[in-house]
Amino acid sequence: MRTLTEDQIEIGAVLPELSIDLTPTVVVSTALATMDFTPVHHDVEGARAQGSRDIFLNILTTMGLVERYVTDWTGPEAIIRRINVKLGVPAYAGDRLDFNGTVVTQDGPDYTVEVRGKVSLGDHATATVTFTLPSDETA
Amino acid sequence: MTETGARKETGMGSGDELLELAEKQVALGEVRGGPAADPVNIPMIRHWLDAMGDANRSYLDKGVSPPAMAQVWTMPGVRRGAKDRSPVDDVLAALDAAGYTGVVATNCEQTYHRPARVGERLTPATRFSGLIGPKRTALGEGYFATWNVTWYGEGDAPVAEMMFRVLKFRPRRRRETPVADAPATAPVTTAPATAPVTTAPVTAAPAGKAPYPLRPAHNRDTAFFWEGVRQGELRIQSCADCGRLRHPPGPVCPSCRSTSRSYVVARGEGTVFSYVVHHHPPVPGRETPFVVAVVELPEGVRIVGNVVDCPPDAVGIGMELRATYRAMDDEVILPMWVPRES
Repeated sequence: MRTLTEDQIEIGAVLPELSIDLTPTVVVSTALATMDFTPVHHDVEGARAQGSRDIFLNILTTMGLVERYVTDWTGPEAIIRRINVKLGVPAYAGDRLDFNGTVVTQDGPDYTVEVRGKVSLGDHATATVTFTLPSDETA
Repeated sequence: MTETGARKETGMGSGDELLELAEKQVALGEVRGGPAADPVNIPMIRHWLDAMGDANRSYLDKGVSPPAMAQVWTMPGVRRGAKDRSPVDDVLAALDAAGYTGVVATNCEQTYHRPARVGERLTPATRFSGLIGPKRTALGEGYFATWNVTWYGEGDAPVAEMMFRVLKFRPRRRRETPVADAPATAPVTTAPATAPVTTAPVTAAPAGKAPYPLRPAHNRDTAFFWEGVRQGELRIQSCADCGRLRHPPGPVCPSCRSTSRSYVVARGEGTVFSYVVHHHPPVPGRETPFVVAVVELPEGVRIVGNVVDCPPDAVGIGMELRATYRAMDDEVILPMWVPRES
């Protein structure tokens, strides 16, 4: 897989959308892969007892999916420098998480992408992701 | 723990006590925890990539951790015993003891200084950075608590940093609060309380039939108002003795102190007296930005509501509006405002 080069990135460029089907398997497997064993991420009864309608994604996974969304587009050699997420509504099992993104700024070597992850209840995550491209020798 | 742990009710001074404790914890500075149970390793990276659906092989090829995995390395595990005490714990415990038992995360910001390499064992260090409140929010009165974690690798150079913020809130009452006590969820707003809607302002028909997550305050004082909304009427409470109108509804006339009440049906027109455009924090069931306005009615009272069906930057003081009634889900209908010419 190729990594984007500087001349392939324009301010205002729109990233391809990514839609993730939030099956219970996705919610549980990501919770465990991020070492988060809080019951609301794997135990439906436990989640309901706390007033949630179902199990839902944990924050470490939200961070991971936002990173993946951007590197799916940049290619593997881009270096993620910063991910700032405003957390919104819960992403419940059974819902879909739809990502969209736009390149908003370039500051020297740093590009910043605005990312929105939406579920049926509204915005689950509103993020900015800053990355740099590898220098020419390693590209 | 501090003696605040035993306190059940917050008295007048307790807000100050919470802020004092927070100051003390801030003064502790950065407190190191124990090193990660496992060094950065290929099986956990592979497992993480697999669960995330991330096809990027370069992490495995180069033997480095995906940046967003930073926190994973120092998670406590299922039953690895008591986690390290951090300066955050005492503040959260004091908030719990003071009745602020609900928690929702609002912000997570991570900066990655360099990749963590396979074989390297990370050590977290936590600094409590501030407590702000009490604030009125859609979930109830609460405090925003912020802390920072830095992960150090070998050689004491920071690998990654995180700023994390939560709202600790006093749950308003027993009822379905979809986000209460959920550690990894949602939002909260400090949008002006819409009388008699106690929750955050709302708009727009729901996608599908998902229940709208915020419910208006429904009680003996406000029942007539919501009954009117269901019939497409904007009802304003009036004093049955002196006739004076009042909004939001209440049990006693502020003018003559009579408890006899009635209502009038407003014409459903008004003008923007004042407004805000709400951008952040997110509100369940809502898309930001949205407009919350104080609408002046020709009948002589003001009412808070959303202005919809027009871009936020088209709203201005004096703008003429008419009322509209929007079904948020199968049960909840909310009065809102649209530009009069539309």
